Parts: sequence; structure tokens; C-alpha cells
Amino acid sequence: MITRRAFFAAVGGGLAVWIVDTADAQESGGGARRGMNQAPPSDVSAWIHIDEAGAVTVYTGKVEVGQNARTSLTAAVAEELRAPVDSIRMVMGDTALTPFDQGTFGSQTTPRMWPQIRKAAATARDMLADLAAKKWNVDPSQVSIAAGKATVNGWSATFGELTHGQKLLRTIPSSEGLTPAAEWKIAGTSVEKVNGRDIVTGAHQYPYDIHRPGMLFGKVLYPPQFGARLISVDTSAAERIPGVIVVRDTFRLPREGAGADLVGVVAPDPDTAEKALAALQAKWQPVEGQPSSKDVFAYYRKNARAGGGRGGRGQVTPETPPSNPNLVPYTVAYIAHTPLEPRAAVAEFSPDGKLTVWTGTQRPFGVRSELAQDLGIPEEDVHVFMPDTGSGYGGKHNGDAAVEAARLAKAAGKPVKRNWTREEEMTWAYFRPGGLIEVFGKTDSQGKLLEWEFHNYNSGPSALNTPYDIGGPKIEQMHETRSPLRQGSYRGLAGTANHFVRESYMDELARALKLDPLEFRLKNISNDRLRNVLQAAADKFGWQSRRKTAGSGFGLAAGTEKGSYVAACAEVSVANGLVKVVRVVQAFECGAVVNPEHLRNQIDGAIAMGLGGALFERIEFADGKIATNRLSKYRVPRFADMPKIETVLLDRKDIPSAGAGETPIMAVAPAIGNAIFDATGQRIRSLPMVPGNKLPSGQAAAE
Amino acid sequence: MARVTQLDVNGTLHHLDADADRTLLSVLRDDLQLTGTKYGCGEGQCAACTVLIDGQPTKSCLTRVSAAAGRKIVTIEGLAVNGKLHPVQEAFLEADAMQCGWCTPGMILGAVGLLRRTPHPSETEIVSGMNGHICRCGTYSRIVRAIQTAAAKGGRA
Repeated sequence: MITRRAFFAAVGGGLAVWIVDTADAQESGGGARRGMNQAPPSDVSAWIHIDEAGAVTVYTGKVEVGQNARTSLTAAVAEELRAPVDSIRMVMGDTALTPFDQGTFGSQTTPRMWPQIRKAAATARDMLADLAAKKWNVDPSQVSIAAGKATVNGWSATFGELTHGQKLLRTIPSSEGLTPAAEWKIAGTSVEKVNGRDIVTGAHQYPYDIHRPGMLFGKVLYPPQFGARLISVDTSAAERIPGVIVVRDTFRLPREGAGADLVGVVAPDPDTAEKALAALQAKWQPVEGQPSSKDVFAYYRKNARAGGGRGGRGQVTPETPPSNPNLVPYTVAYIAHTPLEPRAAVAEFSPDGKLTVWTGTQRPFGVRSELAQDLGIPEEDVHVFMPDTGSGYGGKHNGDAAVEAARLAKAAGKPVKRNWTREEEMTWAYFRPGGLIEVFGKTDSQGKLLEWEFHNYNSGPSALNTPYDIGGPKIEQMHETRSPLRQGSYRGLAGTANHFVRESYMDELARALKLDPLEFRLKNISNDRLRNVLQAAADKFGWQSRRKTAGSGFGLAAGTEKGSYVAACAEVSVANGLVKVVRVVQAFECGAVVNPEHLRNQIDGAIAMGLGGALFERIEFADGKIATNRLSKYRVPRFADMPKIETVLLDRKDIPSAGAGETPIMAVAPAIGNAIFDATGQRIRSLPMVPGNKLPSGQAAAE
Repeated sequence: MARVTQLDVNGTLHHLDADADRTLLSVLRDDLQLTGTKYGCGEGQCAACTVLIDGQPTKSCLTRVSAAAGRKIVTIEGLAVNGKLHPVQEAFLEADAMQCGWCTPGMILGAVGLLRRTPHPSETEIVSGMNGHICRCGTYSRIVRAIQTAAAKGGRA
């Protein structure tokens, strides 16, 4: 447990507030959580410090990957502390300075960390008022804090004049009240990206850019095929290259598909490291009979584990495989996050054996733990720092590059940089899972849903449960199975897959009933928030007045996940099997809007990313090898793919803010798919829908 | 083996000793520590590594350092003059035309080159001129808006 004394020894005097996240404490079961190299009291999740010169610094284990958490958290402090945005420094994702945090994922920064940081700032403001009241011998209620100053009766003091010579600490729970959203002055406005200038000038140092004195460059040998085992390696040619060190060892934490053998090279420059890697002569034991991207869906079903299912809220009988002969199968391909900055790390040991690693990860504390385990050293001797990173999208949860850099640095006795190439990123990072999903629904003649059955093999349980009212039996089940590829988190997890299937199938039902897809949905929704986004998107789009011309089509889709609600309307044009998404209107509601411009930016980005997965992104693999391991082979959305995007933000100041980085991706694919059906009469039940740039049958627009 | 010993970057003559076959990207980043120029793919697909050579946007991952020697190279670090941002940099900030920012330096230099060739581009010309650049965060519509704003303000370098 960190003491007040140790804290001030580390950060200097002044005023501090520690914030305790009670919900987090319950969830994590009080596991090891440390910061400042010592365990803080119980469950401190963030702290704010105002030093003796008045500088405001906030410490949180959350990280910045482009989602603008740095800006939204800064705005939270500015709002409650009544201080200018540019007077606040945010220290993020640094295991030596910030309190423990499980990671930046699951749209949790806004609903969880954001209110805690506001509370810490509000408490700091109260403490400043107390100091001012004491200084001027007035009641604290008379003190006004604004624009970074305390004033009363014509007296005025800067924060530094109040905190000078102090060592004040308060620990507060995060559950107390905050400024209501309706009274926000800075939060809720479009505060500009706080470090935008560093980005447009190239000054910001990303993990890939970190340079340390005496640093060497490392490469690691990977198998030619998933699961292939190293039989032998001749390192003599590599060792003859001047300056090259060859490292042969074993990882304590074996890497999925790549095993435990560590064969690495370290060289004074990246080109020499590349040459040394190429000079290694390895023999491998291949693994036969691995499934390919073509037969993987049958593989999922074959390997589904009886009793391995996780149900949703509906009634489930996990031991019984689905027997409904009317189930309609859909499939979803593996896709790659493709963060434009690949994985990167620099590792450096101090003379007394302490390790510092700079790396891009959504889980700096998790990576610290991986490093400690793989190197067999205490967590206290490992410092992980995450500079703001070139995106993640759920794809940077682990510490592969960090562990490799650390192992090579240890062997070389020098700092080592281990930057992954694009090909490594697209082969050895993990993928968004593929999936097989089967669905069936039944309605009465009026279009009220009576039955619902939904089975997901492999892709995941997020947003598995239908938000529609089902009058009768409901089965919703996730079936655990085996994946031939390494898979993991992705923006919205399986929310995209499950929404694609549910909302495409809802369209199928509406068509069978000859009902308008909007009307059919509204008949079956009692949730007002879902109804509101659907109506808002349809109104903005002009759904009721839409007019089909040859080759054009219109589709809509809606859904909810992680406390936010989304609806999208899409217009496509199809000519000779070529699909162009012309226009997307998306309505989104996530409670009180924290930053309208950054929210719109997230929605724009989610629509772009969703469009890629909807139309053409697909990992092709066979025999344990990824065929689409480069950007010349794996198509991601570009300028020319973009539709006209319009967003409608429903700002609900009466509802606590939810996260917004994920849910806006979920309605994109089904809205586009439904529009393709509208244009062509072709129901495409697989993602991506237009691989190879043409509709599967290559047929022209039906009209 | 042929060596490159001088490189004119951002108006400064840098002295170095690099194998002539190395990429300009690697030399800028690893020898000169000008890390504003980004690696994204190494095969000219994403244009994150774009720099200006004699005013022309050029993919530094596909350019041998020997081909850049003796020419004027401008990287993102050299675009602002005496701390004053270039109009395209300002327009990117104004339009919030970034999320993670990894593609941003290449985007900005690509846009500077586009505006040099076509001072008042139509939206179609912006899309076709910039289509070689990838923004995985998907801020494309904002980048188009930023380039339009810079063009309206006479955003030529």
C-alpha cells in the first residue's frame, strides 16, 4: 500500500486526490494492482495532482489510440476544476506513474473512468476553495473557482499560490454526485484534440518512433506455417555478419501458432538485422491438414463442443445441438485490424536489472505482467510505458513485440527496438474471429415476432441477444468451437457479426411479409431508445420518400450494445455486379454527448471500417499460411470507397454517457446488405459481401 | 559498396554514412531520427511514408536513399516555418481530420503536393489525388474537407 509520504516523494508537494473505483474493485476481486511501484490503497483508479506551482497533472492507466480519450478526460478535469484545457496534463498508460487499469477496451473509458476523473477534479476544486478560505479567513462557500484561479471579495490567487508549501491528500469514492450534463460548460463541447499540433508537425513520438541511446534493432524468426515446429536452425551465416548477435532461447510464454522457440537477431541497424534474419537457415516440421478459409465454417460446426455454449438472456439448453431444420446459415470471415502503426516496442534494462519497455498496447498493465512472467522477474522491476499509439481497434491487447524486445535486449545487453513489419502484423497478430451463425424467426400474419432462434459458432457473444420483442420461445446461443487462426478482440467484438445476421434476417422476414423494413422493426420494438435512433436515421435519410431507380437500393439496420443505440440507412448503386455505397445516414445515441465533434469523427471512422468488413475485407488462408498478409493483397477502405456520410447525434443529457468507439460499426454491414438486396434481389449471407469486388453471382442489377 | 554521405532535409545538409541501397524511409527514421515520416506497409500501398522531394510527394519506402541525394527533401518536421503551421496543417487541425494520427504526416504532405499541382481541386480530384493514402481510422471525409479548406485559403506551400 502506497503511503501519503511515498506519493508526495514521487510527485512532489501540493494537493492530490485519489479516486477509488468501487465497481472495479468488485469486478477484479482485489487482485494485484500496483502503481508507483507500490500498491495504492485498495482500489485507486486515478489520481489528480496540483503541484506547488499550480500545474495540474492527472494520472490514469487508460491509453490513447486515436479514440481521443486524452482529450475527453482532459475536458472532464477542465469542466470540474474550472481550469483551462491547456493547463492540464494527462499522464496515461504508464505503469510506473499511473494506478492499475485493466485496459482500454469495451467502450469503458467514458462510462467508468470519465466520471471518476470528474469527481477527482471536483474534489480538488473543493480543496482549493478550502485553502483559499483559510488564506483569506472566509467561508469556503464564498470562494469562487474559475479560469484557473480562486477569487473572493476582490482577492485572487492562482492554484500555485494556494498549493505552495502544502502536502494535502484526499481519497474519495467515485460514487458521489457530479455536475449535471445540462450544466456542463467544457464537457459536452467540441474541445479540440489536445495534442493535435504534435501530430500534424510529426513531433509526437509513437512507440514505433522511440529511440534510445545505444539502441540495437531486433528481428525474430517465425515459422513458415502456423504450428510448424522448429527442427533445427543453422545460425552460422548470420553470426558472420559484422555486428550481429544471434539469440537462441525459449519463451516461457509460448506464442499461439509460433511456439516457444526464440530465434532472434540483433544488429546495429534495421537493414543488417533484416539480412541476418534472412541468413538463418531453419528446418521446420510442418503440420498437415489445417483448414482453409474456404472450409473453416464446416470446421467450426464439426468442432463445436457439446455443452460449450454460453447463452444470452433467452432460454438455452446447451447440451442439445440445434435441431431446427429451418435455420438459415450466415458466415463471417476473419478480418485483420490493420492498425496503420504495426506492433512496436523498445526494451531497455538498467544496470540493476530493471526493465523499461515502450510499447503500443491497450493493456499496459497486462503487458507488464506478460513481461514479468516471460522474463522471470518481479512485476515491480518492470515499467511499461505506452506513448499515444497508432490505433488498435481491439487489436493491440497483448505484448508480443514487448516480450520479443525485452528478451533480445536482455541477451544483447543493450536497448533493443523490435518493430513489426506489416507482414508480421497481418500474420502473427490475432484476427477478428470468423463465424458461422444460424438464425430462424417466425411471425404472425401481422408481423409480430413469435419465435426466435440464433446460434453463433466462434465469432462471439457480443450483441447476441435480439433487442426485439419476441412473443414466444427464444433461443440465443454462443457455441464454443476451435479456431485454426489466432483470434481476439475487435472493435465491437462480435457485435458486427451478430447484427449483420440479425438485421439481414429481419429484412428477410419483412420482405416475406411484404412489410416495409422500418415498419416491421417498429412493430417489434418496445425500447424507446432503439425506436428513437431508428426513426431519427429514417427521417434524416428520407426513408419514406425514397425512390428506387435502376440499380439503386436502400437498406436499414439498427441495434444496441454497451449502453448505446445505433441505426443506419444506406443507399447503394449496383452496376455489373460492382457495388458502390452512395450514402450512409447514421443516428447514434450514447447518453450525454461528451464531445460532439470527436463523436462524429468516431462514427465516420466506424462507418468506414464497417464498410470494409461489409464489402471486401477477408483473410484468406490455407495450410496454416495467410495469403492476404500485405496491403497489396488485403483491401482496406480508401477515399474512393467512401459514401456521403451524415450523422445524427441524439444527445440525452438525462442519461450517463456511454462509450462510443464501437457500437457505431454494428449497423453498417446489414444496412448495406439490405440495400444490395433491394437493388438486386440477391440476399448475401456472408461477410464480406463483395469479395473480389463483384457480387458473388456477378449478376447485373435486377430491375 | 556505394555510400550516401549527405542529404538535404528540411533545408539542412545532414552528414551521414548510409548504404546507397537503403530506403530513404529507413535513413530518415533510423539515422536522422526524423520519425515524423511513418512506415505503414513498405510496399507503397499506404503512403504513410510520403515526403516531398523537390516538391513532389514521394513514397520514401520505395525510394533508395541514393535517389534522394542531392535533391531537396521536405519531411513533416520541415513543413511549419518558424513555428507557424503550414495552411494544410492548420486545416487538418480545424477539420479534426485525424484520429490516431499515424497517417497524418503522409496525408498532409500528399495534400501539399496535390495543391501544388491543382490549387483548387474538385472533390473528385481530391479523392483521386489522395486515393493512394490509407487512413485506417477512416477520417477520409474530414481529410477531404481539410484539403478544401486549405485550398480556399490558398494553401499552396
